[in-house]
Amino acid sequence: MHKLLTDSPGKEMLLLGNEAVARGALEAGLSFATCYPGTPSSEIPLQFFQISQETDLYFEYSTNEKVALEVGAGAAACGLRTMVTMKHVGMNVAADPLMTLAYVGVKGGMVIVNADDPFMFSSQNEQDNRFYARLSGLPMLEPTSTQEMKDMTIAAFELSEELELPVILRTTTRLNHVRGAVKLGDLKPIRTKGEFQKNPFHFVTVPAVSRNLHKLHLEKYDKALAKSESWAENRITGGGRWGVVANGVSVNYTGDAIRDLGIEDKVRFMQVGMSWPLPRDLITGFLKEVDKVLVVEELEPVMETDLKAIAQENGITIPIQGKGVGGLSRLYEYDPGMVRKAVADYFGAEYKGPAPVDLSDLPQLPARPPNLCAGCPHRATYYAVKKAYGSDAIHPTDIGCYTLGLLPPISMADYLICMGSSVSSSCGFSRASDQKVVSFIGDSTFFHSGITGLVDAVHNDHKFTLVVLDNGTTAMTGHQPHPGVDAGAMGVQRTRVSIEEVVRGCGVKDVHVVKPFKVNKTVEAIQASKDYDGVSVVISEELCPLFAKATGQMRKTKPFRVNYDKCKNHRDCINYLACPAMYLQEEKVVIDKNLCNGCAVCAQVCPENAILPVKD
Amino acid sequence: MDTKRCVFVGVGGQGNLLASRLLGEAALAAGIPAVVSEIHGMAQRGGVVESAVLMGQVTSPIVSNGEADVLVGFEPLETLRTLGKCSKETLVITNLQPLPPFTVSIGQGTYPAVDGIMDLVSAKVNRVISLRGNDLAEEAGNPLSLNMVMLGALIGAGVLDLAPDGMKEVISTSTKKAFLDSNLKAFDLGMESAA
Repeated sequence: MHKLLTDSPGKEMLLLGNEAVARGALEAGLSFATCYPGTPSSEIPLQFFQISQETDLYFEYSTNEKVALEVGAGAAACGLRTMVTMKHVGMNVAADPLMTLAYVGVKGGMVIVNADDPFMFSSQNEQDNRFYARLSGLPMLEPTSTQEMKDMTIAAFELSEELELPVILRTTTRLNHVRGAVKLGDLKPIRTKGEFQKNPFHFVTVPAVSRNLHKLHLEKYDKALAKSESWAENRITGGGRWGVVANGVSVNYTGDAIRDLGIEDKVRFMQVGMSWPLPRDLITGFLKEVDKVLVVEELEPVMETDLKAIAQENGITIPIQGKGVGGLSRLYEYDPGMVRKAVADYFGAEYKGPAPVDLSDLPQLPARPPNLCAGCPHRATYYAVKKAYGSDAIHPTDIGCYTLGLLPPISMADYLICMGSSVSSSCGFSRASDQKVVSFIGDSTFFHSGITGLVDAVHNDHKFTLVVLDNGTTAMTGHQPHPGVDAGAMGVQRTRVSIEEVVRGCGVKDVHVVKPFKVNKTVEAIQASKDYDGVSVVISEELCPLFAKATGQMRKTKPFRVNYDKCKNHRDCINYLACPAMYLQEEKVVIDKNLCNGCAVCAQVCPENAILPVKD
Repeated sequence: MDTKRCVFVGVGGQGNLLASRLLGEAALAAGIPAVVSEIHGMAQRGGVVESAVLMGQVTSPIVSNGEADVLVGFEPLETLRTLGKCSKETLVITNLQPLPPFTVSIGQGTYPAVDGIMDLVSAKVNRVISLRGNDLAEEAGNPLSLNMVMLGALIGAGVLDLAPDGMKEVISTSTKKAFLDSNLKAFDLGMESAA
C-alpha cells in the first residue's frame, strides 16, 4: 500500500512538502487530478500516479499545463474535487484558461498548486506568481511548513467550494522539497462520478455572458476578502511596536531571527497565509499599532507595495520597507542569516553569531556542473549532428536533460526561452539569417508545445532540421509518461501516440527515424536532412538508460575498456563525448566499468578501434 | 536538545539525500523536531547535491553561510567547496576518496591534492573527522553504502542527541533486505572510524 494511504489519524510521518500536499488532497476527498510535471512540483503528481493504480482516484499526466487545467475544469464542473499541479512557468501556459475559468468558477472544489522556484534551481526564470492571483482575482494560500502544506490544501478545497472559485496554493522550492513532521488526519472517500448541470448562459463565455460573469466574479472577490480578514493563518503574534510581515518560507526565517535576536517582546509579527485577497482591515489595524514595518518576502515587493497603498489610504505615515534592507532583494532566495541581519539592521538590534570561515586562500576549484549520464543517447545524437554540420549551425534547444548539451565539449545549445521555443524560434532564425539551423526538442516537450510550431514551419515554408530526442520518457522530472510513451512498461494502459505519425500528419515530408547508438547511420540520416530544401525532422529513438534500468528494459551489454596496445591517445572519446564513465589516469583514458553501460558510442568514435568490450 | 544544523554535500548518485532523510526520520522517532531540505531536478545529473537536516528549536529549512554545526562531505573537493557553510566552531566529517568531475578529464581545471584540501579544511574549523569512506563501503560488502558509512561517522562523532540504535532501527526499516546487512556493517564501520 502507498504510504500516503496510511489510515492512522493522529500518526506523525516525515513527509516531503509535496507528499504533504498530496496527502492533504486525499484527506479532502480528492477525486480527479491532472498535471504536467515540472520541478519543484513533480512529486505531487507522482504520488497521485502511484495512488491511482491502487484506488479509484483518476489521475493523468496531461499534454501540457493548459490541457491539464482544462481537463480539470471539466471534472470540477461535474462536481468532483479536482487538483491541478504545475511549476510557475507552467502557469504561463495555463494562463489562458485560468483567466476565464476564474469568471466561470467551479462546482467541485478545485485547487491549483503552483510551485515557484526562487533562485531557479531548476527553471529558466524566477517570476513571482503571486501576480497571477492579482491578475485572475483568484484566492491564493501560502503555506509556511510541511504541516501547513497539508492543512492548507484541505482548507483550499473547502474555500474553493464555498466561493465556487478555483483556489491557488502557492508554494516555493524550499517548501516543496523540505521534509518535516506531518500529523495525519482522516482520509475521505473518492467519488468516481459527478454530474454536469447544463447552464450555457453561465458556462459559454460569449461577451453577453461574460459581462455578467465579471460582475459575479467581483462579488466573489468581496466574499473572499471577508474570508481573508478572519483566515486563521493570517496570524498576528506579539505585541511590540516593531512590525514585521512575512509570507511562505520566509515566515520561518523571520521567526527564527526574532528568537535568535531575543526581541520577541518588541516585535509584532504578521504571517500572511491567505495572501490574496490581502486582509486589508487586519493589515490596517496592524499598521496602526506599530512604529515601523519590515516586509520579508522573496522575489517581487508585492506585499510591500500593497502595504504602502493600504497605509496611504488610511493616512498612516510610518516607514514601510522590504527590498533594499540588509541583503533583501528581488533576486534569488532568502536565507536565515540574511533575514536575521535585515531584521537586526532595520530595528537596530544586535547579533553576534559565528562568522563564516575565510575562503580567500582557497585555490581555484574545478567546476562540477551537471552532466548527461553515462550511456545517455542524447550525447550520441549531439555527436552525430556535429559530425554532419560542424560547429557553425545555430542550435535552438528546449527544456529537458538535453539542455545540458549547452556545456562543453558538446556546446550545442544556442537559444532557449521556454517549452517549445526550439521549433518556433527556428522558423525565425532560418528566415532571418542565411545560417543553417538544427534545433533540438525532447519527446515530452514535443507533445507539450512543439507541434504548433512545427505546423507553422511547414505552412510557412521554413527551412531547418528539427531533431526530436525521443528517449521514451519525461526524463528530467523523474520519468513520467507522456503521449508517445509505451505506458505498459509502467504498468498503466494508455494509447500511444506516434511521434513519427504526428510529424508526418503535420505535413513534414522529409522524416528520418534513427537509432543514435548506430553512429554512422545516424550521421548519414542527418547529412541527408542537411540537403533537404524545407523542414526536415530527425527522430532519434533510444530509451533513457535510467528509465530503462528502472523498468527492466535495459539490454544486457558488456561495459567497454581501452586496449592500450592500440590506443594512440587521440582522446577523441573523452574530448568529443566526455562521458562521465571516462577519466584520465596518468595521461591515459580509462573507462570505469561500473559506470559504463555498454552503449558502444565511444568504440565507434575511436579512430584506432581501441575501445572494446571487457573480457570475461 | 540544542539546535543542530547539519549540511550534507555529495555528488549526484552518492546517496546523500537518503542519508539526510534517514537522519530526519531518526530524529522524528526520537521526538526531536527536525526539518530536512533537499535539492531535486537538474542538479542531480552528476552535479553537486546538497541537503540539510536542522534539529531542535528551529523551523528554517536551510543553513546560511557560517552557520553549520556539522558539515558531512561525501567527496573531498565538495567538502572544500562547501566550506563557506562552516565557522571556526564547525565539525567537518569528510570522505577522503575523490570522484573527479568530468571537467578535469577534459582539461578544464585540475583536481587539488587531497592532502592540501585537508590542510585547508583543518586550519579553518574546530574539528575534522576524515575517513576512506569508499574503502569502508567496499569492506562492508556494498560499494553503494558510502552514505551509511558517513551516517555512522556522524552518529559516532557524538555531537547529536541520537543513539546509534535509533539510527540503525531507521536504516533497518528503510533498506531493501538484500542490502540490510551491508548497510548496517557500513554504518558500524563509519561509527568506529569516528570514535
